[in-house]
Amino acid sequence: MAAAASQTSLESAPRIMRLVAECSRSRARAGELRLPHGPVATPVFMPVGTQATMKGITAEQLDALGCRICLGNTYHLGLRPGPELIQKAQGLHGFMNWPHNLLTDSGGFQMVSLVSLSEVTEEGVRFRSPYDGDETLLSPERSVEIQNALGSDIIMQLDDVVSSTVTGPRVEEAMYRSIRWLDRCIAAHRRPDKQNLFAIIQGGLDADLRATCLEEMTKRDVPGFAIGGLSGGESKGEFWRMVALSTSRLPKDKPRYLMGVGYATDLVVCVALGCDMFDCVFPTRTARFGSALVPTGNLQLKKKQYEKDFRAIDPECDCPTCQKHSRAFLHTLLHSDNTAALHHLTIHNIAYQLRLMSAVRASIVEKRFPAFVRDFMSTMYGDPTLCPTWATEALASVGITLG
Amino acid sequence: MKLNLTKVVNGCRLGKIKNLGKTGDRSMDIPGCLLYTKAGSAPHLTHHTLHKIHGVPAMAQLTLSSLAEHHEVLAEYKEGVGKFIGMPESLLYCSLHDPVSPCPAGYVTNKSVSVWGVGGRVEMTASKFMAIQQALQPDWFQCISDGEATCNEATSIKRARKSVDRTLLFLDNCLKLQEESEVLKKSSIIGVIEGGDVTEERLRSARETAKRPVGGFLLDGFQGSPATLETRLHLLSSVTAELPEDKPRLICGVSRPDEVLECIERGVDLFESFFPYQVTERGCALTFSFDYQPNPEETLLQQNGTQEEIKYVDQTKKSKTSCNQEMTSYEINLKEKKYQEDFSPLVRGCSCYCCKNHTRAYVHHLLVTNELLAGVLLMMHNFEHYFGFFHSIREALKSDRLAQLKELIRRMF
Repeated sequence: MAAAASQTSLESAPRIMRLVAECSRSRARAGELRLPHGPVATPVFMPVGTQATMKGITAEQLDALGCRICLGNTYHLGLRPGPELIQKAQGLHGFMNWPHNLLTDSGGFQMVSLVSLSEVTEEGVRFRSPYDGDETLLSPERSVEIQNALGSDIIMQLDDVVSSTVTGPRVEEAMYRSIRWLDRCIAAHRRPDKQNLFAIIQGGLDADLRATCLEEMTKRDVPGFAIGGLSGGESKGEFWRMVALSTSRLPKDKPRYLMGVGYATDLVVCVALGCDMFDCVFPTRTARFGSALVPTGNLQLKKKQYEKDFRAIDPECDCPTCQKHSRAFLHTLLHSDNTAALHHLTIHNIAYQLRLMSAVRASIVEKRFPAFVRDFMSTMYGDPTLCPTWATEALASVGITLG
Repeated sequence: MKLNLTKVVNGCRLGKIKNLGKTGDRSMDIPGCLLYTKAGSAPHLTHHTLHKIHGVPAMAQLTLSSLAEHHEVLAEYKEGVGKFIGMPESLLYCSLHDPVSPCPAGYVTNKSVSVWGVGGRVEMTASKFMAIQQALQPDWFQCISDGEATCNEATSIKRARKSVDRTLLFLDNCLKLQEESEVLKKSSIIGVIEGGDVTEERLRSARETAKRPVGGFLLDGFQGSPATLETRLHLLSSVTAELPEDKPRLICGVSRPDEVLECIERGVDLFESFFPYQVTERGCALTFSFDYQPNPEETLLQQNGTQEEIKYVDQTKKSKTSCNQEMTSYEINLKEKKYQEDFSPLVRGCSCYCCKNHTRAYVHHLLVTNELLAGVLLMMHNFEHYFGFFHSIREALKSDRLAQLKELIRRMF
């Protein structure tokens, strides 16, 4: 299966990714993205700052954590404050004063998440605004136009997204439409020298549809590819098989961005399957519910068991929260209405994710990725037999056995 | 601790409190303010963002209302609340109540006082109170007191008398318990002056409290609406006249710039800094000028800005905001549509993190979209602005320019 996949990409699109190391067993790669706002080491986890802010943490705090790329969302920013204003503010970078890279999603996902407010036609997606009831049409052209105004370093095509639990002809329709919309986005893109437009592979959980989409989209000269339409309600068994199929048919010399993936285990497995970039609201969202991420899972710090636990969240963690605060204090603070509690956890969880990716990358570069994966799984699950079946299978499919 | 007065001018005391803290090498300027906290943390701020603020006071205020219910945890922790909250270097003052959330009245008895935490009422006798302070180990703490004489419209003399009697009894009991504890001896008890609006009782409270070995005095019951403070200012002068010069005078519930100046002129040294927090919670930014000796160009620009804002604010001054407090003329409301495309900083020339890195348009966006960062940035600005105000008071006193500063603040009205 691998052989047919490794066609190098066509034409003269600048290669924004430089491969630094590859795992000799699995499909894991370590690399470096060269983007307008600086280099980004891969594999990379990109925190999500939907509305031009990383929730309660400042741009400076995010920079201090080592983050070099994060997400903004076209649908939300397109409504508030709107592309014209952001353009006046020197783009999204200027508006939020973020010196590093930005990736903007096209608004496609909102089709699924806000499905009751949207209607899809060949023209585009018609949304009814929850704020003022106004209707907006988000077409491929409009999405790219907004993203051009935002000025993000990586922009995403508008894709026709269906929930991964949907079956039947709608999935096929969405896949073919996504190809047509990709072409429309490419045509509408006014700043290919400054902003990298990524395609998004669709096809749901149907291997044939996905294969078709891969074949067609890889004919287009784009700087990178995203694997979309997953990370919804599908089973993990189907999930990993679609990821593996996708990476087997995507060019090696372009970055593979797996959208919406953020649980630690999923990140590690999908790096093994050949993905380079990830985003997810999970770490930052779960922080705001009082949950701290640790190598063994998570700590629900609001629970009584942490009331007198005077240890840091993670003694090995060097984030500002763990340097200064105990679980007991955070427990107290979480039970007050001081938002500082949420910020402490947001910082820690982002630090956790970034550190995990750093460690993954180092292990690939130092040619010990399979051992790293085994260590990671045993820390997270204890016995190898307790590791989730889908993960064991996925890893086995690329030559990594556990225990 | 030792209070050195540099000068007293028109009733205002300028000086330094020295030999503070566990190691006795910290000091605090007066007049000054204390860092306002909620549950042991500056509102919205982590250690990192707090320390980006210039001029953070050396002493932070903790409230027993947010900490009393955790005293078992702190007792087990053993190392004191300063270390527990991640502020081991800060001086700490523990007040009974949170000035922002007044507590229900009617729960003071001859034997106990109550505070309200997240989990409900915590009733404290003198011995329970001192046990809690033993676990907290703050540098200063307000003694339990009966502050309810001013709760109703008209204070009866009887009620005022009772507030003084009870408070003195609490004080004597707590002083006795302090004598029996090595740990507690390291903290200073702040005696509370009560007595409602009855002059006789206020004077009695001041004189009697001054006889006790307290570290300083808290002037309680002078807070309320701006109107009530005005009528109580006269009483305030009489009270402070009875207090020794060499011990600090704190006041609770007073934090607005004009009220702060009035109280300083009547012998008050230290204030709570909850006003900038309230401003933050209503989505506003402090913009009032305290630059009493600006250069001519600045004056012109300020005047133009001030005129416009005063004009606008007059119309909206009465508008209630979500914090149940009326907006003042010391601030601008960043939620207003006119800031949507305003790419200037909150205050031109302000050196805070928010003004150096962000614009009014951005903060407006954060407020409109209900993003958490709005509170963070506004708090950073508002605290810095407020601490800058206190710095300017001290500078004005040093150079005998308080009248100019007062005029500037008065013009805001």
